[in-house]
Amino acid sequence: MTKSSHAARVAAVAGMASLALVLGACGEPSPSTGPSSGTASGTPSTSGEKLTLTVATFSEFGYADLYKEYMKEHPNVTIVEKKAATGADARTNMMTKLAAGSGLSDIEAVGNDWIAELLPYADKFNDLGSPDINSRWADWVNKMATAPDGTLIGYGTDLGPMALCYRGDLFAKAGLPSDRDAVTQLLGGKDATWERYFEVGHQFQEKSGGVKWLDATVFLYQPSLSQLPVTFENTDGSVLDLATNEPIKKVYDLLTAPDTVDLSAHLAGFSPDWVSAFQQGSFATMLCPAWMTTIIEGNSAGVVGWDMADVVPGGGANSGGSYLTVPKQTKHPDEAKALAAWLTAPEQGATVFTSVGNYPSQIEAQNAPDVKSKVNPFFNNAPVGQIYASRAAAITGISFRSENYQTVRKIVNNAINRVDIDQTDDPATSWDKAVQEFNGLGLS
Amino acid sequence: MSTARTAGLAPVAPSPAQPRPTRRERAGKLDAAVSPYLYVAPFFLLFALIGLFPLLYTAFVSVHQWHTIGGEGAFVGLKNFADVLHQRFFWVGLRNTVSIFLLSSVPQVITAIFVAAILNANLRTKTFWRMGVLFPYVIAPVAISLIFGRMSAQEYGLVNYVLGNVGIAPVGWHSEPFAAHVAIASMINFRWTGYSALIFLAAMQAIPTELYEAAIVDGASRWRQFWSVTVPQLRPTIILIIIVSTIGGLQVFDEPLLYDQEGYGGNDRQWMTVTMYIYELGWGNQHNFGRAAAAAWLLFLVVVVLALANFAITRRIASADSGPRRKRVP
Repeated sequence: MTKSSHAARVAAVAGMASLALVLGACGEPSPSTGPSSGTASGTPSTSGEKLTLTVATFSEFGYADLYKEYMKEHPNVTIVEKKAATGADARTNMMTKLAAGSGLSDIEAVGNDWIAELLPYADKFNDLGSPDINSRWADWVNKMATAPDGTLIGYGTDLGPMALCYRGDLFAKAGLPSDRDAVTQLLGGKDATWERYFEVGHQFQEKSGGVKWLDATVFLYQPSLSQLPVTFENTDGSVLDLATNEPIKKVYDLLTAPDTVDLSAHLAGFSPDWVSAFQQGSFATMLCPAWMTTIIEGNSAGVVGWDMADVVPGGGANSGGSYLTVPKQTKHPDEAKALAAWLTAPEQGATVFTSVGNYPSQIEAQNAPDVKSKVNPFFNNAPVGQIYASRAAAITGISFRSENYQTVRKIVNNAINRVDIDQTDDPATSWDKAVQEFNGLGLS
Repeated sequence: MSTARTAGLAPVAPSPAQPRPTRRERAGKLDAAVSPYLYVAPFFLLFALIGLFPLLYTAFVSVHQWHTIGGEGAFVGLKNFADVLHQRFFWVGLRNTVSIFLLSSVPQVITAIFVAAILNANLRTKTFWRMGVLFPYVIAPVAISLIFGRMSAQEYGLVNYVLGNVGIAPVGWHSEPFAAHVAIASMINFRWTGYSALIFLAAMQAIPTELYEAAIVDGASRWRQFWSVTVPQLRPTIILIIIVSTIGGLQVFDEPLLYDQEGYGGNDRQWMTVTMYIYELGWGNQHNFGRAAAAAWLLFLVVVVLALANFAITRRIASADSGPRRKRVP
């Protein structure tokens, strides 16, 4: 302690404000164990001893105001949020600390892309199964977080139903209709196909003056996967051989075909280039899950023209969405469970949608008037509540995922990026590398 | 050391009544025999705890199937080693590590010597300049990585923008392995050159002025003084810096990890180092501690080989050092 605060002082003398911040953060006492003495400390404590609950989230869960509300209702509880930048960071953090056996927060947010990895270790999480709470979600939402032995490890927070976000102004410039209903029709409405989406893309690029149709083809990978019933694993959890996995090869071929790559601006998602591209207006469409709308808006300060259409090629698609889990490492399982249940209640889900745009996974929240009537001014006053409700309804199920889904998914993900973003490999050699890497895992 | 001696002698003095050894005498003898070991014991205990034990435990893990969360599985012998050696990315990682090491160490030592020579000259506001070169060292590596990562963005990054204005085609800082290595090596150089320069500066100031005076009398130019007096006198320091940067170079982790958003070293692992590979095996996508431990042992062997090479080179330099002196004697 003294050492790091000394270091912080030295750093401050050196005038390195940023360093001081970093060290200061390191020097903070671990907030997971709050003052456990029950003595009154001046505040009007009502019931229970004083405790601190840590909530680890990533990206933007939109909980800041909800914490304040909860702490007001429960004066003995202090909530500290630990925010990871991305879901990938949160995943690494989870794996490291589960392996170490300590260090996890009282509540840990988990993405639905990788919650399946945790199910074989469900005994390291508190069982959140309780019929009156679990009835908030559709069965398939609960099923994704349920271990074979029936332990439910997570309460659903949100889903990532996808819609089409597009630049209406750039559409108009390129001679395409820019009205959102007309765009929906242009792409085929309910029967929209990937082929039609790419065809319109080529039409657009003929007159767009260098503006690309989409940011990177890998952004179409997740929706394509979510439209397959089975991706990398059989429903018994055994891993399919990648070399002979026809449905995946078909997706890969489509996303790495020269015709498709020609539509891409080759931008790595969330990279500085990708962020700048919103300002530069270098691409015109993006399949956007609900949580992405905040990010698009954040990156596009001063840019007008974004709009949203109720259409996705190939039918309903989902990308992302999360759960709150309560690891067994917590010292306050009951209080943590209560907080997790409260944060994922339909009212809170609805509030989060209206404030930051994450689409709630609770049925009651999806039907709440506040949610249904929400209009997003940034997206040219698009009725986002209605659009996402319609997009969510188009999702008939979500592809089966088991323990190795994320591992194998990532290998093909990188193979697509080698062809599209890096442009260092042709589709055939990149696929061979992926198969070689997959075989090295020794899974099938 | 001095406490050891007094502790050993003290009991002997107040026992003049001799012949048969009293209990205190025997205790004193035991003390003299044992205490030196006790005094050095803390180091060895600590070494056993944080050096030897992890090494042996890693060896134990490396011959088992071992899931990150699931823990110990069946004994598999050397299968993990074979698996790692058959993975393309292990070799890619080794290539990247060596490449980044060379790109960061060689220019760094050369630049640092020149910077130190300039700082050693009679400058105004000496302390200001000397503190100034240490400035990058104070910045957290994470912050440096983030800034360099942004500067080397391919489409809208500062570096490619400047290059474009001069008419040079944009460089694939995040797609071409060599370009990525250069970018990462420059982060390391940015951070460490000033630090090395200060060490060189300290060594330069210890060089006796008579050598320079003699050189001046012999009519040597400044350039000649630098090459024939300064650089040879710096030899031990150069060896020190090379050893330190070898250790650091083989462990480079923060900078490449933070070079992009994903943190696994590029889609084709263009800038993934061996330590990042170990991290990926154990905590990243593969969740396989067994393989991670095997890769860690392989890295350990590489370090041993390089250390032996270092040792051989160092000895040669040391003997070259004593060469001219012997000549001067007759």
